[in-house]
Amino acid sequence: MAQTATRSKPSTRSTAKRRSSGVRGSNRGRFTGESPELLQDYFREMTLIRRFEERAAQGYTQAKIGGYCHLNLGEEATVVGLMRALRKTDLLFTNYREHGYAIAKGIEPGRVMAELYGRTTGTSKGWGGSMHMFDVESGLLGGYGIVGGQIPLATGAALAIDYRSGDQVVMCQMGDGTTNIGAFHEALNIAALWNLPVVFVVVNNQLGMGTTVDKSSAEPELFKRAAAYKMPGERVDGNDVLAVRDAATRLVEQARNGGGPALLECVSERLKGHSVVDPAKYRSEESVAKAKAADPVLAFRAQLIEAGVLDEDSAAEIERQAQAEADAAVAFADDSPHPDPSTLFDYTYATPVANDSRRLPADPVF
Amino acid sequence: MAVITYRQALHDTLREEMLRDEDVFLIGEEIGVFEGSYKITAGLLKEFGEKRVRDTPIAEEGFVGAAVGAAMLGLRPVVELMTINFSLIALDQIVNHAAKIYGMFGGQTSVPMVLRTPGGGGQQLGATHSQNIELYYAFVPGLKVVAPSTPADAKALLLASIRDDDPVLFLENLSLYNTKGEVPDVVEPAEIGKAKVTREGTDITVIGYSRMAMVAQQVAEELHAEEGINAEVVDLRSLRPLDRQTIVDSVRKTGCAVVAEDDWLTYGIGAEIAASISDGAFDYLDAPVRRVAAAEVPLPYAKPLERAALPSAESLTTAIHQTLDAVGRRR
Repeated sequence: MAQTATRSKPSTRSTAKRRSSGVRGSNRGRFTGESPELLQDYFREMTLIRRFEERAAQGYTQAKIGGYCHLNLGEEATVVGLMRALRKTDLLFTNYREHGYAIAKGIEPGRVMAELYGRTTGTSKGWGGSMHMFDVESGLLGGYGIVGGQIPLATGAALAIDYRSGDQVVMCQMGDGTTNIGAFHEALNIAALWNLPVVFVVVNNQLGMGTTVDKSSAEPELFKRAAAYKMPGERVDGNDVLAVRDAATRLVEQARNGGGPALLECVSERLKGHSVVDPAKYRSEESVAKAKAADPVLAFRAQLIEAGVLDEDSAAEIERQAQAEADAAVAFADDSPHPDPSTLFDYTYATPVANDSRRLPADPVF
Repeated sequence: MAVITYRQALHDTLREEMLRDEDVFLIGEEIGVFEGSYKITAGLLKEFGEKRVRDTPIAEEGFVGAAVGAAMLGLRPVVELMTINFSLIALDQIVNHAAKIYGMFGGQTSVPMVLRTPGGGGQQLGATHSQNIELYYAFVPGLKVVAPSTPADAKALLLASIRDDDPVLFLENLSLYNTKGEVPDVVEPAEIGKAKVTREGTDITVIGYSRMAMVAQQVAEELHAEEGINAEVVDLRSLRPLDRQTIVDSVRKTGCAVVAEDDWLTYGIGAEIAASISDGAFDYLDAPVRRVAAAEVPLPYAKPLERAALPSAESLTTAIHQTLDAVGRRR
């Protein structure tokens, strides 16, 4: 990776009292004030997402999953930390890399896997696939496949909350490449002008597909872009679940209390390619080794054991359960029905209209 | 029954719908303090306040997308895009998001939004401000595209569009804003997707929408008065869904047709209508379907050039004459 160590090292803005990396031997006292149950729960969820994504990758190579498949491998601490800052009623808009977010926002893993399998039991009844999951009940208002497309939508959802004087907050997740899209700037400007309750989160894994952040962003410290819109901008270590949770919670609650929008940058590492089919040949061995060394799931496991929150047996038990849950999700997806072709025209229009064409490819027009 | 302008019909409908439903709000460039580039929203900021009449920055992708997001949560935004030309900047939000959200999430949320926007040439606005690009939107399943030609229809279709749960592109035409027509005291919402036979006739079918539906109506009346030709006029009103049945029924009756459109010929809406007639009324046709459309050039600024490029009453009359000559029906 072309990026320098200084650049990829997170600023200490929001982690001043917290170490920004999981260096072994220095974690005693790190979890002071944290409930052991909660910490175990974070580890459980991060592990579940890891196992789920491994099964998703497998399903893809078995051709059970089609299309594109962008995994959260290496970003589990960011995913879980962000979702723990939200209430169930808060709303989330994400990009196409959203399986982990769907699970952490409260959707049954089986329904997430079923969507990947294109089954009727999936989060979008098989209409969306990997990039387009949706669930009103858990507040996931969609994964979006067009880079930056979700940002104006999230701003509009925040506008609706403000319009009705609601107390929900919208979180809008995106990748580092998104910050160069016009929609990013237009939507942040509007959100700030109207003081809307939305927190924009850039997951900076330092690669927009194969292009490093310093090759695509004139200012690669992306949180600084917030200054142009007079909103708070913070950078946090995306491999540190507690640091992410704390920064996100602060910004979310600020937005909830009328403080307006904010921009949070979580610096992360991608363990694999952009998508399942991307062998990531553009990455140096050094970059991959660095990502592996920073693996947030393994690092958190080690920290919890060192701090006495977990022992080897209980960690292994959590991992066994996560594997069983991921396997169950696959079984659920496998057992679920494919959509019936007779439902093809069910979701074109919400208000039925006269003369809506329901012609199949071989049908005559008249 | 009052005689009012197309502009007034739009204004009155917006106001009435805002009074009827708290969830209806207006969003767009210059609609509040400036009272709208074409004054459709005059007085509404004063009456309803900034919450419901929302001036935006010049950022079409941003505010159209924000309207889509608000609509996903059940509000009913009516967006004013200053002209349809600027809708191209918001194309991603309209085509990739507004149109797809209901389908790609399996019907879990819809986008009850109206995008009002004027288009059309004839005002010497040059190539980028005189376009008829409704076809781009009429092509997309998930969108509804309506194009009223009269004040009464403007009201009936705008009522229907605001109350519809899907994104509706509501196409206005600059040259129609000052046209007048009778509007009943009580107007029911139109049925989106239904064309209207605005003049019954037996000699030829003339099909148009928006400005060209008005021109077709005038030409038909003139041909009847001056030459005894009895043309049937079909006003499409809705470009998606397209009411093929009404078109085909009319052509089965008359045996020939002319399509009049303000957009470009190649791949245009007239092409789709001609194909529909071929599919549904081939055996009834006594002559090929003729199309009257704009010249295929970026619309020029200079008045004589612009006039030559756009379809007119004269060019439509010529096309009708040629078709009737071909079938030996000209008197």
